[in-house]
Amino acid sequence: MEAESVNPSRDAILARLREALEGSSPRPRQDEPGAWPTPDPVAEFAEKAAEYRARVWRGCQADAPARLAEVIGAGRAAVAPGLDTHLIPPGAEVRSRIRPVEAETYAAAVTGCRLAIAETGTIVLDHGPDQGTRSLTLLPDHHICLVRTDQIVAGVAEAVAALKGAGLQTWISGPSATSDIELIRVEGVHGPRRLDILILEPDA
Amino acid sequence: MSGGGITPSDRFEKAVKLTLADGQMRANLRHATTTIRRKRQRAQDEVPDWQELRDRAARMKDDAHARLPELLIQLEERVQDAGGRVHWARDAAEAREIVAAIAAGYGLNRVVKVKSMTTDEIELNDFLASRGIAAVETDLAELICQLAGDRPSHILVPAIHRNRREIQELFRRTLGADLPTDNPAELAEAARLHLRRTFLAAEMAVSGANFAVAETGTVAVVESEGNGRMCLTLPRVLATVMGVEKVFPLWSDVELMLRLLPRSSTAERMNPYTSFWTGVRPGDGPQEFHLILLDNGRSRVLADPSTRETLRCIRCSACLNVCPVYERAGGHAYGSVYPGPIGAILTPQLLGMEHGEANSLPGASSLCGACLEVCPVKIDIPRILVELRAKAGVKPAESAGLKAAAWAMASPRRFEAAIRWARRGRGLAPLLPGPLSGWLQGRDLPEMPARSFREEWRRSR
Repeated sequence: MEAESVNPSRDAILARLREALEGSSPRPRQDEPGAWPTPDPVAEFAEKAAEYRARVWRGCQADAPARLAEVIGAGRAAVAPGLDTHLIPPGAEVRSRIRPVEAETYAAAVTGCRLAIAETGTIVLDHGPDQGTRSLTLLPDHHICLVRTDQIVAGVAEAVAALKGAGLQTWISGPSATSDIELIRVEGVHGPRRLDILILEPDA
Repeated sequence: MSGGGITPSDRFEKAVKLTLADGQMRANLRHATTTIRRKRQRAQDEVPDWQELRDRAARMKDDAHARLPELLIQLEERVQDAGGRVHWARDAAEAREIVAAIAAGYGLNRVVKVKSMTTDEIELNDFLASRGIAAVETDLAELICQLAGDRPSHILVPAIHRNRREIQELFRRTLGADLPTDNPAELAEAARLHLRRTFLAAEMAVSGANFAVAETGTVAVVESEGNGRMCLTLPRVLATVMGVEKVFPLWSDVELMLRLLPRSSTAERMNPYTSFWTGVRPGDGPQEFHLILLDNGRSRVLADPSTRETLRCIRCSACLNVCPVYERAGGHAYGSVYPGPIGAILTPQLLGMEHGEANSLPGASSLCGACLEVCPVKIDIPRILVELRAKAGVKPAESAGLKAAAWAMASPRRFEAAIRWARRGRGLAPLLPGPLSGWLQGRDLPEMPARSFREEWRRSR
């Protein structure tokens, strides 16, 4: 299977590794993903996301546009193209990317997500049409993410299983932060300093 | 510069004399490690299957290392299929040349950097500077080290030896920042403002990788600040330097890393940002991706089955934060970007046990075992320390001492006599001649009681 190589470093490294492993044989491995026990994934997700200083709102789809308008406020907002049109507030611009020269143009970005995780309060983007390219959720200082309750999974293991095949992913747990000074957590460095999560219940 | 490298210029027992004299640094370290220890325990206690996770992760890494050649070839194929390029570097010099050649190929004189122990290991920044390419560190702690001209002293928090007042002073001096207080939030804000324009203009980024998945060709960077996302998203060229031992067999193995690493390193349930990418995605992020696979001594570590589990390390730094020797000696005493218990076993193995300075590092431990207890991939650091001490060779004085002790302890009469002599002779110990004085350079002699147990027994009966 190995293609003809004209790379001496590659050949040398592989030869060294094979030599190092001489006499030892791999043991077959059986691995079961770990389950995260939770009675209420939606409530746990909301609680844990809030503990990381994301602002969390929970309500029904019908109330979402009003809440969205309130959260966006007066600033200029960019909305991912794939979002349900009824969710897009008047005045918002549909954008799938923000170029570096436009970094200070938009105050907020509104997107959906691929899924969310109760175990850790994490939202995961796979940069599909309702989430835009990576720059959309990176350059504006405020990220507003819509999460449907049926997108919330209990544990990291379930999330990883569901995300197999997604080549581009961004896992987000709260606003950007650092612990680099005396190991004390400080929110707000280079990524968006504000994260709003709107959890949408299905309409009754 | 904050380059670093892994080659100690002194033996540990000599280097530690300097760092122990720095009371400010010891106080900074004690404060930081005490805080993180308490938080890490809470983060671990929250996970009901923590011990199973550790066992599973250890098995996964052992499996990956047992099949390293085939997994690396699989990773190479997947990355190439997705539009990336793969390079192989036997040592630090080759890796540095590859990165410099990529930058030079685009005529660039500046790259932005994501925090990466591996690029610190290969001393990339100094080398790029010698080629006229400025490497700008964008992680807050790496920026602090770069501005201060310090070596990193901790795996996770390279500037842990600095406190907020020192950083305030540094930023005032080097960034011209107007900082009325030393509040960490204000210091972080100063770094944000300083780096923002740099990110927006960056054309090439250099990163490390926390891991890569052979099955899918996906590479991951785990971070907190968003500087990683900036570097991995905005420039048109990305070069990632990764040690060969970081490859995972399966995509499902990602679960283990993302559950163990954040709780072990920053004691969070999850770090703020993790980026995954697979080759190149048209229209999103860098359109040129180079993955540089680095050996630099790792195949040497792999060659000994009794100590190869050292390569399981995921660079979480939990072992540093619980180590009584690290807390007092500080990271710089280890003379390598890999300090603490893991550094004491990794550095000498990467360099080879015949290395006259590095082979002193396994001595930098009281063998208390705290490092094994917290290690998320269950590296038996205490056992490996002992094995490496044996490999480093027992010094003649130590060997003569042990022989004498064996002779004395073989007879009760000789033993009692030896105790009496030891009591009398204790005060004279610092005057010991020649090689015997070496024993006391790194050790205190215990106080002797006025009477031995046997003497006391006879007296009071």
